Amino acid sequence: MTLSRQDVAKVGMLAKLALSDAELDTMTSELSKIVGFVSLLDELDTTSVEPLAHPLDTQNVFRDDVPAPSLSTAEALQSAPRHDGQYFLVPAVLGESGAA
Amino acid sequence: MNAANAPTAAPYTTIVGLEVHLQLQTRTKLFCGCSTAFGAPPNTQVCPVCLGLPGSLPVMNRAAFELAMKAALALDCTIASFTKWDRKNYFYPDLPKGYQISQFDLPFSSSGSLEVVDPKGTFAPRTVRIVRVHLEEDAGKSMHDDTAGRADSRIDLNRAGTPLCEIVTEPDLRSPQEARAWLNELKLLLEYLGVSDCNMQEGSLRVDANVNLHIPEASGRIAKTPIVEIKNMNSFRSVERALIYEVARQWEEWQQTRAELGTMPKQTRGWDDPAGVTRAQRHKEESSDYRYFPEPDLVPVTVSPQQLAAVRASMESPPKQLRQSLQSQWNISAYDADVLVNQGRDLVAYFETLAAQVGGGKVASNWMQQDVLRMLKERGGAIADFPVQPAGLADLIARVTAGTFDTSRAREIFAEMVANGRSAADVVGAMEIAAVGEDELRDLCRELLARNPKIVADVQGGKEQAVAGLIGQARKQNANVNPGEFRTMCLEMIRTMGR
Repeated sequence: MTLSRQDVAKVGMLAKLALSDAELDTMTSELSKIVGFVSLLDELDTTSVEPLAHPLDTQNVFRDDVPAPSLSTAEALQSAPRHDGQYFLVPAVLGESGAA
Repeated sequence: MNAANAPTAAPYTTIVGLEVHLQLQTRTKLFCGCSTAFGAPPNTQVCPVCLGLPGSLPVMNRAAFELAMKAALALDCTIASFTKWDRKNYFYPDLPKGYQISQFDLPFSSSGSLEVVDPKGTFAPRTVRIVRVHLEEDAGKSMHDDTAGRADSRIDLNRAGTPLCEIVTEPDLRSPQEARAWLNELKLLLEYLGVSDCNMQEGSLRVDANVNLHIPEASGRIAKTPIVEIKNMNSFRSVERALIYEVARQWEEWQQTRAELGTMPKQTRGWDDPAGVTRAQRHKEESSDYRYFPEPDLVPVTVSPQQLAAVRASMESPPKQLRQSLQSQWNISAYDADVLVNQGRDLVAYFETLAAQVGGGKVASNWMQQDVLRMLKERGGAIADFPVQPAGLADLIARVTAGTFDTSRAREIFAEMVANGRSAADVVGAMEIAAVGEDELRDLCRELLARNPKIVADVQGGKEQAVAGLIGQARKQNANVNPGEFRTMCLEMIRTMGR
């Protein structure tokens, strides 16, 4: 299996990476190798194998609904590139959140 | 509206489906111990997990999962015995991890329904199927000051990681009115179950609506307009208004363009409440490519039949069941039961105590609807803080039943009881309220008839309603006069005089 330059350009855009033409060439060839390596698995017959939801054979890990201390605002903001002491500051975003 | 039950129906059928996001009433977030309390100063309820700092790991909140199960069970959903979480990848500043932990192919519940019945019958009972209910985390909030031009956007991550139930319906609603009524029923159900406070102002409940029109053509073919998703609706009223607007807009557009479903990508429109219009929102072509994959930091969850039974057993009866039991137990109408149940569980408890003490549902229901609810609305506040509790009101009603005074007098006493938190006996004693004896009433009648020859003449001339003037005067002299008794006696005397 090989990846097209378009595939890689799309993945790059989704990851918000600005790839130059040269980088796109390199990535296309390197990613194709990785995908090719993994696609060896396609040779296996998995019809009778249950899909794996998680590699660990553990389930039902919960915590109780008990509050724990939060960080101070100063601690929370300290690694942010920019803040005003209360909020994280980011370049103007317009429109609705894509979330939920 | 369905053409079958609406003769003046529009030349199309309105098709509406809803997507509801509901914050669950937990103390802490879905994957960390930060508080979910609303209104705290910005970025004070955050920690490495909900900030998405490297090396932090999420751990599922048991209460959130149980509340989500309650919501799904109340919506008659099937609960999956095995469920997992997935990463929904997208970039937005209020999503610090760069992905939302959500559920993709194995949601914890699916295939439910919720019926809405309008006791006034403006639409036929409608059962809305639920596609799925899943459990995910909320994002933070971004604030942008448009007036400041190219100012920075400010990000508050207090909300990030709050447990959220997503409820997706099939497109089963057929009018904006139905959509609003159904949302009211959903809200009531979730409040009864204690799943969410459903406060739209605080964003605990958010609604997006998908709407299009099915238009029958002469050939028998049904043309379908492109589906539009409406966002930014801040109340159920605005959901209804936005849908009314959007239906008219699509009909207009259809007549001009004949554009059908599938000829263009799905459009998102934002509701502008002050302007009363929906506006097209910018569409990013790649935005629907979320590249879901299983969340490696959370292990799957299994639910046994025993656990399910335990959750079911812990659930209070839903509004629909309560309406039916109020009707059968207290012999009140479907409409009365609906009014009471729609006020919430505490008011229903008040009613049931009152009905038991006065020995009748109808009289209790009348007092609840005409007096308690009205006073409660005027005063504001919850029924639990109402100054007159059921025993006090039952005492008052018993005195009316015994004939000590009539209902209008009782209303005055009730107002005094509510205003000053006094008992019926107390108010009655202070106001020297006592039934007026027959002799006393007869004397009063005689005196007033003598003083009002014109009224007597009017009544004799066939204008029986003229006697009302006498009732007013009688009550001025003695507030305890029972107007009904007095009226009968006056008319009787006038008849005797005429002979």
